[in-house]
Amino acid sequence: MSPSRRMLTDERMEQIISLLLLVGVVMAGVIVFAGGIYYLVHHGADVPDYRVFRGEPVELRSLSGILGAAISLQGRGIIQLGLLLLIITPVARVAFSLLGFARQRDRVYVIATLIVLGVLVHNLTSGFR
Amino acid sequence: MNILAMSGLIWLGSLLAGLLGSLTGLGGGVVIVPLLTLGFGVDIRYAIGASLVSVIATSSGAAVAYVREGFTNIRVGMLLEIATTLGASLGAVLATVVSPNAIAVIFGVVLLSSVYPSGRPRPARESDDRPDPLATRLRLDSSYPTAEGARAYHVHGVPLGFAFMAVAGALSGLLGIGSGAMKVLAMDQAMRLPFKVSTTTSNFMIGVTAAASAGIYLSKGYIDPGLAMPTMLGVLVGSLAGARILAGAETRVLRVVFGVVILALGLEMIYNGLTGRL
Repeated sequence: MSPSRRMLTDERMEQIISLLLLVGVVMAGVIVFAGGIYYLVHHGADVPDYRVFRGEPVELRSLSGILGAAISLQGRGIIQLGLLLLIITPVARVAFSLLGFARQRDRVYVIATLIVLGVLVHNLTSGFR
Repeated sequence: MNILAMSGLIWLGSLLAGLLGSLTGLGGGVVIVPLLTLGFGVDIRYAIGASLVSVIATSSGAAVAYVREGFTNIRVGMLLEIATTLGASLGAVLATVVSPNAIAVIFGVVLLSSVYPSGRPRPARESDDRPDPLATRLRLDSSYPTAEGARAYHVHGVPLGFAFMAVAGALSGLLGIGSGAMKVLAMDQAMRLPFKVSTTTSNFMIGVTAAASAGIYLSKGYIDPGLAMPTMLGVLVGSLAGARILAGAETRVLRVVFGVVILALGLEMIYNGLTGRL
Protein backbone atom coordinates (compact mmCIF):
# COMPACT_ATOMS: atom_id res chain seq x y z
CA MET A 1 0.00 0.00 0.00
CA SER A 2 1.40 3.43 -0.87
CA PRO A 3 2.07 5.84 2.01
CA SER A 4 -0.36 8.37 0.61
CA ARG A 5 -3.20 5.88 0.62
CA ARG A 6 -2.46 4.93 4.21
CA MET A 7 -2.47 8.60 5.17
CA LEU A 8 -5.84 9.05 3.53
CA THR A 9 -7.34 6.10 5.36
CA ASP A 10 -5.94 7.29 8.71
CA GLU A 11 -7.36 10.72 8.00
CA ARG A 12 -10.82 9.40 7.22
CA MET A 13 -10.65 7.26 10.35
CA GLU A 14 -9.86 10.39 12.35
CA GLN A 15 -12.85 12.23 10.90
CA ILE A 16 -15.26 9.40 11.61
CA ILE A 17 -13.88 8.97 15.16
CA SER A 18 -14.35 12.69 15.75
CA LEU A 19 -17.98 12.49 14.60
CA LEU A 20 -18.59 9.39 16.70
CA LEU A 21 -17.30 11.11 19.85
CA LEU A 22 -19.37 14.21 19.12
CA VAL A 23 -22.61 12.24 18.70
CA GLY A 24 -21.91 10.19 21.84
CA VAL A 25 -21.13 13.16 24.09
CA VAL A 26 -24.02 15.30 22.83
CA MET A 27 -26.54 12.48 23.17
CA ALA A 28 -25.26 11.57 26.64
CA GLY A 29 -25.31 15.21 27.73
CA VAL A 30 -28.89 15.73 26.51
CA ILE A 31 -30.17 12.54 28.19
CA VAL A 32 -28.39 13.34 31.49
CA PHE A 33 -29.75 16.90 31.38
CA ALA A 34 -33.33 15.77 30.64
CA GLY A 35 -33.17 13.08 33.32
CA GLY A 36 -31.67 15.64 35.73
CA ILE A 37 -34.56 18.08 35.23
CA TYR A 38 -37.05 15.26 35.75
CA TYR A 39 -35.19 14.08 38.86
CA LEU A 40 -34.97 17.58 40.37
CA VAL A 41 -38.65 18.30 39.71
CA HIS A 42 -39.62 15.16 41.63
CA HIS A 43 -36.87 14.95 44.25
CA GLY A 44 -35.39 18.47 44.41
CA ALA A 45 -36.89 19.10 47.83
CA ASP A 46 -35.58 15.87 49.35
CA VAL A 47 -32.58 15.90 51.66
CA PRO A 48 -29.44 14.43 50.07
CA ASP A 49 -27.42 11.79 51.88
CA TYR A 50 -24.00 11.04 50.45
CA ARG A 51 -22.05 11.00 53.71
CA VAL A 52 -22.28 7.26 54.13
CA PHE A 53 -21.47 4.96 51.26
CA ARG A 54 -24.12 2.34 50.62
CA GLY A 55 -23.57 1.73 46.93
CA GLU A 56 -26.20 2.09 44.26
CA PRO A 57 -29.21 -0.25 44.21
CA VAL A 58 -28.91 -3.24 41.90
CA GLU A 59 -31.12 -1.70 39.20
CA LEU A 60 -28.66 1.18 38.72
CA ARG A 61 -25.62 -1.09 38.44
CA SER A 62 -26.44 -3.22 35.43
CA LEU A 63 -27.36 -2.66 31.80
CA SER A 64 -30.76 -4.35 32.01
CA GLY A 65 -31.55 -2.67 35.33
CA ILE A 66 -30.67 0.80 34.00
CA LEU A 67 -32.75 0.27 30.85
CA GLY A 68 -35.70 -0.86 32.97
CA ALA A 69 -35.42 2.12 35.32
CA ALA A 70 -35.14 4.55 32.39
CA ILE A 71 -38.13 3.08 30.53
CA SER A 72 -40.29 3.31 33.65
CA LEU A 73 -39.36 7.04 33.64
CA GLN A 74 -37.42 7.23 36.88
CA GLY A 75 -35.23 10.33 36.84
CA ARG A 76 -32.22 8.52 38.29
CA GLY A 77 -32.62 5.74 35.74
CA ILE A 78 -32.70 8.20 32.84
CA ILE A 79 -29.54 9.95 34.10
CA GLN A 80 -27.81 6.60 34.54
CA LEU A 81 -28.74 5.66 30.95
CA GLY A 82 -27.07 8.89 29.74
CA LEU A 83 -23.97 8.12 31.84
CA LEU A 84 -23.87 4.60 30.43
CA LEU A 85 -23.96 6.04 26.92
CA LEU A 86 -21.09 8.34 27.88
CA ILE A 87 -19.05 5.37 29.15
CA ILE A 88 -19.81 3.37 26.00
CA THR A 89 -18.72 6.20 23.66
CA PRO A 90 -14.96 5.51 24.02
CA VAL A 91 -15.68 1.79 23.72
CA ALA A 92 -17.47 2.42 20.41
CA ARG A 93 -14.49 4.48 19.34
CA VAL A 94 -12.14 1.55 20.00
CA ALA A 95 -14.49 -0.83 18.18
CA PHE A 96 -14.47 1.48 15.19
CA SER A 97 -10.66 1.68 15.24
CA LEU A 98 -10.63 -2.13 15.07
CA LEU A 99 -12.60 -1.93 11.84
CA GLY A 100 -10.22 0.69 10.45
CA PHE A 101 -7.05 -1.27 11.27
CA ALA A 102 -8.62 -4.46 9.90
CA ARG A 103 -9.34 -2.74 6.60
CA GLN A 104 -5.74 -1.54 6.47
CA ARG A 105 -4.69 -5.18 7.15
CA ASP A 106 -2.52 -3.89 10.00
CA ARG A 107 -2.26 -7.07 12.05
CA VAL A 108 -0.25 -5.62 14.96
CA TYR A 109 -2.85 -2.91 15.58
CA VAL A 110 -5.77 -5.27 15.09
CA ILE A 111 -4.35 -7.34 17.95
CA ALA A 112 -3.61 -4.26 20.09
CA THR A 113 -7.14 -2.96 19.56
CA LEU A 114 -8.65 -6.37 20.32
CA ILE A 115 -6.82 -6.46 23.68
CA VAL A 116 -8.07 -2.98 24.63
CA LEU A 117 -11.61 -3.80 23.49
CA GLY A 118 -11.49 -7.07 25.42
CA VAL A 119 -10.54 -5.30 28.67
CA LEU A 120 -13.26 -2.66 28.19
CA VAL A 121 -16.03 -5.14 27.39
CA HIS A 122 -14.96 -7.45 30.20
CA ASN A 123 -15.08 -4.64 32.77
CA LEU A 124 -18.39 -3.28 31.52
CA THR A 125 -20.07 -6.66 31.62
CA SER A 126 -18.47 -7.79 34.87
CA GLY A 127 -21.42 -6.54 36.87
CA PHE A 128 -24.10 -7.94 34.62
CA ARG A 129 -23.59 -11.60 35.32
CA MET B 1 -29.75 21.91 52.14
CA ASN B 2 -32.03 20.03 49.77
CA ILE B 3 -31.10 18.13 46.62
CA LEU B 4 -31.97 21.05 44.32
CA ALA B 5 -29.65 23.48 46.13
CA MET B 6 -26.86 20.94 46.43
CA SER B 7 -27.09 20.03 42.73
CA GLY B 8 -26.97 23.70 41.77
CA LEU B 9 -23.91 24.36 43.93
CA ILE B 10 -22.11 21.25 42.69
CA TRP B 11 -22.89 22.29 39.11
CA LEU B 12 -21.39 25.73 39.70
CA GLY B 13 -18.32 24.36 41.48
CA SER B 14 -17.74 21.79 38.73
CA LEU B 15 -18.18 24.46 36.06
CA LEU B 16 -15.49 26.56 37.73
CA ALA B 17 -13.23 23.51 38.10
CA GLY B 18 -13.63 22.61 34.43
CA LEU B 19 -13.05 26.22 33.34
CA LEU B 20 -9.91 26.69 35.45
CA GLY B 21 -8.65 23.22 34.63
CA SER B 22 -8.79 23.78 30.89
CA LEU B 23 -7.51 27.38 31.06
CA THR B 24 -4.48 26.42 33.13
CA GLY B 25 -3.89 23.02 31.54
CA LEU B 26 -3.80 21.46 35.01
CA GLY B 27 -7.02 19.51 34.34
CA GLY B 28 -10.34 19.99 36.12
CA GLY B 29 -10.76 16.39 37.22
CA VAL B 30 -8.24 16.61 40.03
CA VAL B 31 -10.26 19.13 42.04
CA ILE B 32 -13.66 17.42 41.67
CA VAL B 33 -13.00 14.79 44.35
CA PRO B 34 -11.75 17.37 46.93
CA LEU B 35 -14.70 19.63 46.01
CA LEU B 36 -17.22 16.87 46.71
CA THR B 37 -15.55 15.34 49.76
CA LEU B 38 -14.21 18.46 51.54
CA GLY B 39 -16.88 20.87 50.29
CA PHE B 40 -20.02 18.76 50.44
CA GLY B 41 -19.11 15.93 52.81
CA VAL B 42 -19.66 13.29 50.15
CA ASP B 43 -18.16 9.82 50.72
CA ILE B 44 -14.96 9.57 48.67
CA ARG B 45 -16.24 6.53 46.75
CA TYR B 46 -19.27 8.42 45.36
CA ALA B 47 -16.95 11.37 44.65
CA ILE B 48 -14.51 9.20 42.68
CA GLY B 49 -17.40 7.78 40.63
CA ALA B 50 -18.78 11.21 39.74
CA SER B 51 -15.30 12.52 38.94
CA LEU B 52 -14.47 9.64 36.62
CA VAL B 53 -17.67 10.14 34.64
CA SER B 54 -16.86 13.85 34.12
CA VAL B 55 -13.35 12.91 33.03
CA ILE B 56 -14.83 10.79 30.21
CA ALA B 57 -17.12 13.65 29.18
CA THR B 58 -14.36 16.26 28.94
CA SER B 59 -11.90 13.92 27.23
CA SER B 60 -14.40 12.89 24.56
CA GLY B 61 -15.68 16.45 24.17
CA ALA B 62 -12.21 17.91 23.65
CA ALA B 63 -11.05 15.02 21.43
CA VAL B 64 -13.76 15.89 18.90
CA ALA B 65 -11.76 18.95 17.83
CA TYR B 66 -8.22 17.59 18.43
CA VAL B 67 -8.62 14.39 16.41
CA ARG B 68 -9.88 16.31 13.40
CA GLU B 69 -6.94 18.73 13.52
CA GLY B 70 -4.54 15.84 12.93
CA PHE B 71 -2.27 16.21 15.98
CA THR B 72 -3.42 13.02 17.67
CA ASN B 73 -1.27 9.95 16.98
CA ILE B 74 -3.91 7.22 16.91
CA ARG B 75 -1.38 4.36 16.72
CA VAL B 76 0.61 5.56 19.73
CA GLY B 77 -2.70 6.07 21.54
CA MET B 78 -4.02 2.59 20.78
CA LEU B 79 -0.77 0.83 21.67
CA LEU B 80 -0.44 2.64 25.00
CA GLU B 81 -4.11 2.11 25.80
CA ILE B 82 -3.23 -1.56 26.37
CA ALA B 83 -1.12 -0.35 29.32
CA THR B 84 -3.57 2.27 30.59
CA THR B 85 -6.69 0.06 30.46
CA LEU B 86 -4.94 -2.85 32.22
CA GLY B 87 -3.56 -0.40 34.79
CA ALA B 88 -6.99 1.21 35.21
CA SER B 89 -8.63 -2.17 35.81
CA LEU B 90 -6.10 -2.91 38.53
CA GLY B 91 -6.58 0.57 40.03
CA ALA B 92 -10.37 0.28 40.09
CA VAL B 93 -10.22 -3.12 41.79
CA LEU B 94 -7.73 -1.69 44.31
CA ALA B 95 -10.13 1.22 44.95
CA THR B 96 -12.75 -1.26 46.15
CA VAL B 97 -10.42 -2.89 48.70
CA VAL B 98 -8.16 -0.05 49.90
CA SER B 99 -9.59 1.98 52.80
CA PRO B 100 -11.13 5.37 51.86
CA ASN B 101 -8.68 7.15 54.17
CA ALA B 102 -5.68 5.60 52.40
CA ILE B 103 -7.19 6.67 49.05
CA ALA B 104 -7.53 10.21 50.40
CA VAL B 105 -3.84 10.29 51.34
CA ILE B 106 -2.73 8.95 47.94
CA PHE B 107 -5.05 11.47 46.31
CA GLY B 108 -3.45 14.31 48.25
CA VAL B 109 0.04 13.25 47.22
CA VAL B 110 -1.00 13.07 43.55
CA LEU B 111 -2.60 16.54 43.88
CA LEU B 112 0.63 17.97 45.29
CA SER B 113 2.72 16.41 42.53
CA SER B 114 0.34 17.60 39.80
CA VAL B 115 1.37 21.19 40.42
CA TYR B 116 4.97 20.44 39.44
CA PRO B 117 5.52 22.33 36.19
CA SER B 118 5.58 19.42 33.76
CA GLY B 119 3.71 21.38 31.13
CA ARG B 120 6.91 22.87 29.79
CA PRO B 121 7.74 21.84 26.23
CA ARG B 122 11.00 19.90 26.00
CA PRO B 123 13.70 21.78 24.07
CA ALA B 124 14.01 20.43 20.56
CA ARG B 125 16.97 18.11 20.01
CA GLU B 126 16.90 17.66 16.27
CA SER B 127 20.42 16.22 16.02
CA ASP B 128 19.68 12.94 17.81
CA ASP B 129 16.24 12.40 16.29
CA ARG B 130 17.16 9.10 14.66
CA PRO B 131 14.45 6.52 14.00
CA ASP B 132 13.96 3.99 16.79
CA PRO B 133 13.89 0.36 15.53
CA LEU B 134 10.95 -0.75 17.72
CA ALA B 135 8.92 2.38 16.96
CA THR B 136 9.62 1.89 13.26
CA ARG B 137 8.48 -1.72 13.37
CA LEU B 138 5.30 -0.62 15.13
CA ARG B 139 4.83 2.14 12.52
CA LEU B 140 4.46 4.78 15.23
CA ASP B 141 6.32 7.58 13.41
CA SER B 142 3.98 10.19 12.01
CA SER B 143 3.71 13.89 11.22
CA TYR B 144 1.76 16.84 12.54
CA PRO B 145 0.50 20.04 10.92
CA THR B 146 2.50 23.27 11.29
CA ALA B 147 2.22 26.66 9.62
CA GLU B 148 4.84 25.49 7.09
CA GLY B 149 3.04 22.23 6.31
CA ALA B 150 3.20 18.71 7.73
CA ARG B 151 6.28 18.00 9.87
CA ALA B 152 7.50 14.43 10.40
CA TYR B 153 8.71 13.13 13.77
CA HIS B 154 10.14 9.91 15.19
CA VAL B 155 8.88 8.08 18.28
CA HIS B 156 11.33 6.71 20.88
CA GLY B 157 11.39 4.90 24.22
CA VAL B 158 8.31 2.73 23.68
CA PRO B 159 8.91 0.29 26.60
CA LEU B 160 9.53 3.12 29.10
CA GLY B 161 6.48 5.03 27.87
CA PHE B 162 4.42 1.84 28.16
CA ALA B 163 5.51 1.35 31.79
CA PHE B 164 4.68 4.97 32.65
CA MET B 165 1.25 4.53 31.10
CA ALA B 166 0.46 1.47 33.21
CA VAL B 167 1.10 3.55 36.34
CA ALA B 168 -0.93 6.47 34.95
CA GLY B 169 -3.81 4.05 34.27
CA ALA B 170 -3.65 2.57 37.77
CA LEU B 171 -3.80 6.05 39.36
CA SER B 172 -6.71 6.95 37.09
CA GLY B 173 -8.64 3.86 38.14
CA LEU B 174 -7.79 4.22 41.83
CA LEU B 175 -8.59 7.93 42.14
CA GLY B 176 -11.14 8.64 39.40
CA ILE B 177 -8.93 11.18 37.65
CA GLY B 178 -7.67 11.44 34.06
CA SER B 179 -3.94 11.42 35.02
CA GLY B 180 -3.34 13.61 31.98
CA ALA B 181 -0.20 15.15 33.49
CA MET B 182 1.48 11.78 33.85
CA LYS B 183 0.40 10.67 30.37
CA VAL B 184 1.89 13.83 28.86
CA LEU B 185 5.07 13.28 30.87
CA ALA B 186 5.41 9.75 29.47
CA MET B 187 4.94 10.82 25.86
CA ASP B 188 6.77 14.14 26.01
CA GLN B 189 9.79 13.07 28.07
CA ALA B 190 10.12 9.29 27.67
CA MET B 191 8.92 8.93 24.08
CA ARG B 192 9.98 12.40 22.89
CA LEU B 193 6.83 13.17 20.95
CA PRO B 194 6.17 16.79 19.92
CA PHE B 195 4.43 18.58 22.81
CA LYS B 196 1.14 19.24 21.02
CA VAL B 197 1.02 15.60 19.86
CA SER B 198 1.59 14.49 23.48
CA THR B 199 -1.19 16.63 24.95
CA THR B 200 -3.80 15.74 22.32
CA THR B 201 -2.95 12.03 22.29
CA SER B 202 -3.05 12.03 26.11
CA ASN B 203 -6.50 13.59 26.04
CA PHE B 204 -7.57 11.05 23.42
CA MET B 205 -6.48 8.20 25.70
CA ILE B 206 -8.06 9.55 28.88
CA GLY B 207 -11.60 8.61 27.78
CA VAL B 208 -10.72 4.98 27.02
CA THR B 209 -8.67 4.65 30.22
CA ALA B 210 -11.52 6.04 32.30
CA ALA B 211 -14.09 3.84 30.52
CA ALA B 212 -12.09 0.78 31.62
CA SER B 213 -12.48 1.61 35.31
CA ALA B 214 -15.98 3.12 34.90
CA GLY B 215 -17.31 -0.35 34.06
CA ILE B 216 -16.01 -1.65 37.38
CA TYR B 217 -17.20 1.44 39.32
CA LEU B 218 -20.68 1.09 37.82
CA SER B 219 -21.00 -2.54 38.81
CA LYS B 220 -19.77 -1.76 42.35
CA GLY B 221 -22.35 0.99 42.79
CA TYR B 222 -19.89 3.94 42.91
CA ILE B 223 -21.66 5.95 40.22
CA ASP B 224 -24.61 7.82 41.73
CA PRO B 225 -26.78 9.52 39.09
CA GLY B 226 -27.93 12.33 41.40
CA LEU B 227 -24.33 13.29 42.12
CA ALA B 228 -22.75 12.54 38.73
CA MET B 229 -25.39 14.57 36.86
CA PRO B 230 -24.48 18.10 38.09
CA THR B 231 -20.77 17.21 38.23
CA MET B 232 -20.56 15.93 34.66
CA LEU B 233 -22.71 18.71 33.17
CA GLY B 234 -20.74 21.38 35.05
CA VAL B 235 -17.27 20.12 34.16
CA LEU B 236 -18.27 19.56 30.52
CA VAL B 237 -19.66 23.10 30.05
CA GLY B 238 -16.74 24.65 31.97
CA SER B 239 -13.99 22.86 30.08
CA LEU B 240 -15.54 23.49 26.66
CA ALA B 241 -15.91 27.19 27.52
CA GLY B 242 -12.32 27.25 28.79
CA ALA B 243 -11.03 25.76 25.53
CA ARG B 244 -12.87 28.50 23.60
CA ILE B 245 -11.41 31.45 25.50
CA LEU B 246 -7.99 29.86 25.81
CA ALA B 247 -6.72 31.43 22.57
CA GLY B 248 -5.06 34.71 23.51
CA ALA B 249 -5.83 34.50 27.21
CA GLU B 250 -3.10 35.41 29.70
CA THR B 251 -3.11 32.40 32.02
CA ARG B 252 0.10 32.77 34.04
CA VAL B 253 -1.50 34.44 37.06
CA LEU B 254 -4.42 32.03 36.84
CA ARG B 255 -1.99 29.08 36.80
CA VAL B 256 -0.33 30.26 39.98
CA VAL B 257 -3.65 30.88 41.77
CA PHE B 258 -5.11 27.53 40.71
CA GLY B 259 -1.81 25.84 41.60
CA VAL B 260 -2.01 27.23 45.14
CA VAL B 261 -5.63 26.06 45.44
CA ILE B 262 -4.60 22.54 44.36
CA LEU B 263 -1.71 22.54 46.86
CA ALA B 264 -4.05 23.54 49.69
CA LEU B 265 -6.60 20.88 48.68
CA GLY B 266 -3.83 18.27 48.51
CA LEU B 267 -2.65 19.06 52.03
CA GLU B 268 -6.20 18.99 53.36
CA MET B 269 -6.88 15.62 51.70
CA ILE B 270 -3.73 14.17 53.28
CA TYR B 271 -4.60 15.66 56.68
CA ASN B 272 -8.18 14.36 56.60
CA GLY B 273 -7.04 10.97 55.38
CA LEU B 274 -4.42 10.62 58.13
CA THR B 275 -6.85 11.74 60.86
CA GLY B 276 -9.57 9.46 59.49
CA ARG B 277 -12.12 12.18 58.82
CA LEU B 278 -13.25 11.05 55.38
